[in-house]
Amino acid sequence: MADVNRGNRPLSPHLQIYRLPLAAISSILNRITGVGMTLAAVLIIWWFAAGAFGAGYFDFVDGLLTSILGHLVLIGSLAALWYHMLNSIRHLIWDTGRMMGVEIVEKTTYVVFAGTVILTLLTIIII
Amino acid sequence: MGFKTDYARVHGSGSAGEGAHHWWSQRMTSVALIPLTLLFIVPFGRALGSGHDAFVATYSNLWHALVAILFIIAVFAHLQQGLQTVLEDYVPNKAARTVSLLANTLLCWAFGVAGVLSVASVLFSA
Repeated sequence: MADVNRGNRPLSPHLQIYRLPLAAISSILNRITGVGMTLAAVLIIWWFAAGAFGAGYFDFVDGLLTSILGHLVLIGSLAALWYHMLNSIRHLIWDTGRMMGVEIVEKTTYVVFAGTVILTLLTIIII
Repeated sequence: MGFKTDYARVHGSGSAGEGAHHWWSQRMTSVALIPLTLLFIVPFGRALGSGHDAFVATYSNLWHALVAILFIIAVFAHLQQGLQTVLEDYVPNKAARTVSLLANTLLCWAFGVAGVLSVASVLFSA
């Protein structure tokens, strides 16, 4: 006999109602920052190409990148860059089989988050 | 199963159809990008918004041009690999996946080479 209750049974927790654990958030953030930086990569190539093309066109593109919206995109990408780098260094360490325990992963996640903020502010100050 | 050895059955498996090569190659571009990013970011940030003369002064310098070119190559190699992984994970439709992977590779090459040529032209014309 067919299952009369098909499709109306309780489901296991899934993404909509399940609060992502810290490790899952830091994991998906690496992808989001990586994909997000595509825009900055394209903008920077545009900037270089404009610089090679001539002063007038360079000023136009340079002005766009240093406008308020441009700054927003570039500073966001800067934070994404540091996050992606710090978290990927952690991935490279994990690739060797080290630092993979639950507690140490939680600790290094906070190190990555704090390092991102510090390095982002530091870069803005230095530049 | 047949007469194949265990190795022959798994050789070339994985989502990219080429075993661990993609994974290892992505690790190499990751490692390369650590020093290259640190070297690239400060001269770039200072040239940004400082006018065309400052831009030419920075990238007509052999060292800064070398760093910028190596950085651009590593960035677009790594971007191509990363986006490929994301597309393979999230685009289930075979045709859409093939087309998006093709577009990804071609665009990364186009932007990467455009960037390298731009820096080289500033270096050699100054």
